[in-house]
Amino acid sequence: MASNISDLYNQVINEHRKYPRNKGLIEGYKTLHLKNPSCGDDVTVQVSIKDGKIVDVRHDGTGCVICCSSASVMSEVLIGKTVSEASEIIDDFYELIKGNTPKDEDRLGDAIVYINIHNFPPRAKCATLAWRAAGALLLGDEGEQEDE
Amino acid sequence: MSSLLDVKKDFPVLNNNPDLVYLDTAATALKPQVVIDKLDEYYQKYGVNVNRGVYTLSYKATTEYELTRTMTALFLNAKEKEIVFTKGASNALNMIALGFGMNYIEEGDEIVTSELEHHSNVLPWMNVAKKKKALLKYIPLDSTGRITVEAFKKTLTDNTKVVVITYVSNVMGYITPLEEIIKLAHEKNIVVIVDAAQAVAHMKIDVKALDCDFLAFSAHKMMGPTGFGILYGKYKYLKMTEPVEYGGDMIDVVEKYSSTPKDVPYKFETGTPPIAEAIAFQEAIKYLEKIGYENIQKHEQALLQYAMEKLEKIKGVTIYNRHTDTGIIAFNIDKAHPHDAATIFDEHHIALRAGHHCAQLIIKWLECVGTLRACIYIYNDYQDIDKFIEAVEEAAKYFEEW
Repeated sequence: MASNISDLYNQVINEHRKYPRNKGLIEGYKTLHLKNPSCGDDVTVQVSIKDGKIVDVRHDGTGCVICCSSASVMSEVLIGKTVSEASEIIDDFYELIKGNTPKDEDRLGDAIVYINIHNFPPRAKCATLAWRAAGALLLGDEGEQEDE
Repeated sequence: MSSLLDVKKDFPVLNNNPDLVYLDTAATALKPQVVIDKLDEYYQKYGVNVNRGVYTLSYKATTEYELTRTMTALFLNAKEKEIVFTKGASNALNMIALGFGMNYIEEGDEIVTSELEHHSNVLPWMNVAKKKKALLKYIPLDSTGRITVEAFKKTLTDNTKVVVITYVSNVMGYITPLEEIIKLAHEKNIVVIVDAAQAVAHMKIDVKALDCDFLAFSAHKMMGPTGFGILYGKYKYLKMTEPVEYGGDMIDVVEKYSSTPKDVPYKFETGTPPIAEAIAFQEAIKYLEKIGYENIQKHEQALLQYAMEKLEKIKGVTIYNRHTDTGIIAFNIDKAHPHDAATIFDEHHIALRAGHHCAQLIIKWLECVGTLRACIYIYNDYQDIDKFIEAVEEAAKYFEEW
């Protein structure tokens, strides 16, 4: 039983929970606020894009460990990627969450630690919330959105 | 240990999931076999429409359907014409706000409610208040989160027209002192609307003795089917209430430019209703009454005390309602977000709810992001509580060390 839980709450996730990377918002960035009203996860994600490249990703918000750590992991994974690379990585992350094999595991970096989420289906939404915000920003959306 | 009811065997979901510890009755109660059989009986034996056909089967279905109204009236100590069939408590509470509130409330009137309300009870009246430029007022809760008669009294003014209030809080499990509240309200000619969704599974409701003006609940919270519920209203108030939906069945005479609706309660019931659900609700009433509210409360209290004493001793746990009146325990594992904790419970096959429980106002009042909620009911036993406590201990320890 306990080992199952450790599959979900592993060391990398714990690191990002304790020491979130790129946390805190910066004025002037493209911003999207996304929340899951049924559970209260609430995330704001920002991206800064220069010449087709993501130069910065910021995030802030409140929620469970899975949601908050995933925002931090995402920011690290996406910084430095081109917009099209980032979009592919985000799609790959969704495949991982569904329990499918992503096209390119290496590019997922630390995000690979969410590989066991598919054994906890109710938590998939937590893991993907920040990624969905980033995905929407890359498509040009901004502002307030509610998770479907 | 006090002796408990022995009814687990009556619930197929428990028989089909032998590992399951079901502590989410506040969301919906499990259904006993007799209710499921009655749903089936309708579809198998006389599954035709009601109030329409003149043929034998339709008459049989209609008779069964109306028998539910008679039984519900007896169950609540009301008259049959005061019993409106609805899709559930949310539907009923919206019907009152829209059909009654929108006409009854005028600019400057005051609507009194509480932060303990379920969204279904407060939001329809927030809408009325906005549209009619009325004032929505909240009864200040005491330090434990309870509604007191004293605080209620102070909230009333000469402009108060309506009180919209829960009988039992779905987060804190507190019973509202409604007898005195309703008496005080009526001294000022204030109409009282009671949300009994969380109360009906745990305590006898006598609308005559209570003297409430409207009262609503869902069948599924008292072991009946989903998608069906009851709105009780005093006849004079139901008369004043306009239908929210128009259509077949609710209408008497239809002309090209005018129509006459049927009388109460039928003017509120349009379209083909959830017939099987309405009919099977009889069995839920019978089942509940056979066990008896006194025995239900004894059972709940025995398990509640047993659980609370153990829960209190666990380090790293906050209990928000140590002196709850019904089987609901609102708590958190201090080091864990409720959803992270819930995953550990799920791994132990313990079903309980995590989050705001459709009652964000009381969650804000408690100053937390959400709570865990364990609700004890007649099909729980000491073993369930032991497993629950074991999971709380594991979760508290896990997140403490993590």
